[in-house]
Amino acid sequence: MIEHTLHSISQFYPEIIVVVTLCVIIIVDLLVKNGKHTTGWILLGGLLLAGISVIMQTGSNLAVFYDMVAVDPFAVFFKVLIILSSMFIVLFSMKSSELEAYSSRYGEYYMLLAGMIFGMLLMVGSTNLLMIYLAFEMVSISSYVLVGYMKKERRSSEASMKYIIYGAVSSGVMLYGLSLLVGITGATDIFQVNSALAAGVGESFILNISILMIVVGMGFKIAIVPFHFWAPDVYEGAPITISAFLAVASQIAAFGLIVRFFSISFIDSGGVTATGTWQIVEGLHWDLLLGGMAALAMIVGNLTALRQDNIKRMLAYSSIAHAGYMLMGLVILAGEGLTSIMIYLFIYLFMNLGAFYVAMLFSNKLETESIEKYKGLGFRAPLESIAMTIFLVSLTGLPPTGGFVAKLYIFGAAISGGWIWLVTIAGITTVISLFYYIRVVRNMYFFEAEQGALQLKFDLPSKIILLLLLVPTLLLGIYFEPLIEFARSSIAMFGG
Amino acid sequence: MEYSIMEWLSDPGLVHFLIVSAMLFSLGLMAVLSQRNVIMVLMGVELILNSANINFIAFSRFTELSLDGHMIALFVIIIAAAEAAVALAIVLNVYNRFKTINLDEISTMKG
Repeated sequence: MIEHTLHSISQFYPEIIVVVTLCVIIIVDLLVKNGKHTTGWILLGGLLLAGISVIMQTGSNLAVFYDMVAVDPFAVFFKVLIILSSMFIVLFSMKSSELEAYSSRYGEYYMLLAGMIFGMLLMVGSTNLLMIYLAFEMVSISSYVLVGYMKKERRSSEASMKYIIYGAVSSGVMLYGLSLLVGITGATDIFQVNSALAAGVGESFILNISILMIVVGMGFKIAIVPFHFWAPDVYEGAPITISAFLAVASQIAAFGLIVRFFSISFIDSGGVTATGTWQIVEGLHWDLLLGGMAALAMIVGNLTALRQDNIKRMLAYSSIAHAGYMLMGLVILAGEGLTSIMIYLFIYLFMNLGAFYVAMLFSNKLETESIEKYKGLGFRAPLESIAMTIFLVSLTGLPPTGGFVAKLYIFGAAISGGWIWLVTIAGITTVISLFYYIRVVRNMYFFEAEQGALQLKFDLPSKIILLLLLVPTLLLGIYFEPLIEFARSSIAMFGG
Repeated sequence: MEYSIMEWLSDPGLVHFLIVSAMLFSLGLMAVLSQRNVIMVLMGVELILNSANINFIAFSRFTELSLDGHMIALFVIIIAAAEAAVALAIVLNVYNRFKTINLDEISTMKG
């Protein structure tokens, strides 16, 4: 027993490092009061160490802490993504002038960020229903506070209140679903849930209701239609750094959780096969239901984004649409579908963070988030505008950017899975998405700058962060073989 | 033997608890959907969490789930407390900004 626990601890270093970082941040915040980003640098260092220890876990495939958490290639892939995006968010936070008004409370900010990262790392590894719920709430409760971080601003407080109400209700519904699932199967472990379902439970009506309730909770986290209502308001009200974090890291962690949960619990072979199907659950057509949700997300997300003027709100609707594209990979639930989700998430990290980052740079200087006010920026801030153009083209999915590769793989996987109607909708909505992405570019380049408008100057570190996002977005469009190999080798799940 | 509703009630089993929890869940959901006062909505959320707790405890009493159910219920109580604390802090802040806690009036962002 002691041996198992000690062995588990040795496999749990990334999470331990993040928690220790959290504690160090609290203590340093008490001692050092200089209004600078000291705690931010500590978090960055902690994340670097956690990243190294995640990479050390490559190749291991085992369950730790009595099947509570799995350390497998799948979890390692998602943890790498989460830590990478968190590091970018910490760098963004140091450059954000929005947060400077609250510089005496930086310690709280980075502490909550560390808490959220810890929850996300657990989310992608949990194999136990209780653990899934706890990790889920760990992320949620920290993010409620972070969304309302600018507490003197009306829209930030409003956003955090809307977020906590939607979040608390949907996680409550999910918990009720989990309680039914636990009751029917008599197991809290997702492997045991799978074997209990394979043996047959006979309560297929209650089982379907419970899965439906779990889908409500998880659908809320990835902001899929019809559980997306919180996303636009929350993204608009939150600080841009937190909007970007919710749109990217939270999305990544939630997809990690949802993919693991569905592919372990409800597939007959107990894992992902070439022709993975929803064999265990009778009654509802789950693949059709999720496919419908994906299609709705693409349609609603892209069509509503057309009418937005606030850049954060537009990016919120665009990330709803992207969640729809990614959910297509889950509908197939075969090895190929999961690989394409992982490729998509990896590329999505760079392009979406990039778009949010340029929006933040512009909002720092212009103090506006309105796309109308972007007129003439192409001449006032050439590098940033070119970068924004590339990120938006990549989000649309045009070559030669990474977004094209991402869409290519996910569409290809859906076609080979036989989901022609879904791919048709995805294709049409991609074309629609071009309109609102290009509108930003048109505003930047096809209008003269106002009389007397000065050039926007950005310091060197901001430009370096921008290039760190820009180069992978472009590079992944032409040289993507290693990423595909990495994703292919990472779909192995513990017990799968 | 005549089967009467009184006999059914006098011998509580799993179904009784599930019915109570389903009623509690529905009441909570109704409170969330119909109330305009944020505090009432949060009370609805608490009802939902407690209904799930009743399920867990009932299943661990009447099925082979043994102690796992009790353990989960304890964790859920803690999470519910944490969530309520954060929610009340946020509501207090919203009240300071808007001078109201009516959900319909706290809606500046639309679209």
